[in-house]
Amino acid sequence: MGMITVGIADLNIAKEPDVLATYALGSCVGICLYDPEKKIAGLAHIMLPLSKDAVNGGADNRRRYADTGITELIQTMSLAGATPSRLVAKIAGGAQMFNTTSSVFNIGERNVAAVKKILAAYKIRIIAEETGENFGRTVFFHPDSGIMEVRSATKPIIKV
Amino acid sequence: MGIRNVEELQDMHLDVLKEIGNIGSGNAASALSTMLNCETDISVPNVKLLDFSDAVNFLGGPENIAIGMLVNLTEDINGMMLYVLQHSCASQMTSAIFGSEIEDLANMNEMERSFIAEVGNIMSASYINAIASLTGLTIDISVPQMCVDMVGAILSVPAVQFAQVGNKVLFIDDSFVIGGCEVKSNMILVPEMSSLEFLFNRLGVGI
Repeated sequence: MGMITVGIADLNIAKEPDVLATYALGSCVGICLYDPEKKIAGLAHIMLPLSKDAVNGGADNRRRYADTGITELIQTMSLAGATPSRLVAKIAGGAQMFNTTSSVFNIGERNVAAVKKILAAYKIRIIAEETGENFGRTVFFHPDSGIMEVRSATKPIIKV
Repeated sequence: MGIRNVEELQDMHLDVLKEIGNIGSGNAASALSTMLNCETDISVPNVKLLDFSDAVNFLGGPENIAIGMLVNLTEDINGMMLYVLQHSCASQMTSAIFGSEIEDLANMNEMERSFIAEVGNIMSASYINAIASLTGLTIDISVPQMCVDMVGAILSVPAVQFAQVGNKVLFIDDSFVIGGCEVKSNMILVPEMSSLEFLFNRLGVGI
């Protein structure tokens, strides 16, 4: 079993028996897409909602944004043999790390909303969600079982 | 000719930030020494531009639990400043003042929390005062918000703010000696590019 780590503003795919991991999601969102039949999984770690709202249209790094990141993840997965119509999603992250009212800090909520909007546009169902609140999360995704494992500093490990 | 990206800063600009950091750290050290009632020394801080992931690794890796304290800067300078304090350093400070270490960082008691918040307050205010007095600018700071969590998650807050202008963060690496023990603390400065330009112009090192 190999561990495939996905950095911030990055994405990757894995097949069983490998495991996908992304560490310490704060306001960022980790999107796990899964083809249960082929047991192919993909994980994207996005930082910001929509590329069109970025100063340069998001051309610098497509993997940073929910829209372009999810699009690229689906493309990468289909190239690896996954069927887009069969994909399901599990998402985690989008926390508000600091307790303030400023809109900059509300980025977690906006990220989650953008992810849901883009997944809906691709007709991908979200079957598990561990988002919001005020703590960081580490995510593991197991392509053999389709289980998303979420770890945090003080809470028990969640497997969904 | 303005800059759009923090990576366009030159050594000269970093030197200026280092000097500001130096004055800020000096102010902070004397304030801390009064608060902790023991001798506090500080070495010249290291100011560098680090990739987000390098900064996270420098602070003990993404899942390392640390204290983050965030203030918003407004008025002449807009941006945010994040102060990161490691468990061992926080414990060194509580030992100096209460005679006991912090057992569980994620579940600090009320006294530890408010003491650490005050340390964060002093550190942030010292830096901002240094910048303000050197430049004659007015800078308002918000009440610091504290968060004890994974370093990667804490740093994602300035990283997201910075994502639009570059992948690097301005990292001030301080080293204090409190009561004979060395403690490290780190300040991450995230100014808006226009504010940074304004700052350098004021200091006569226009970009």
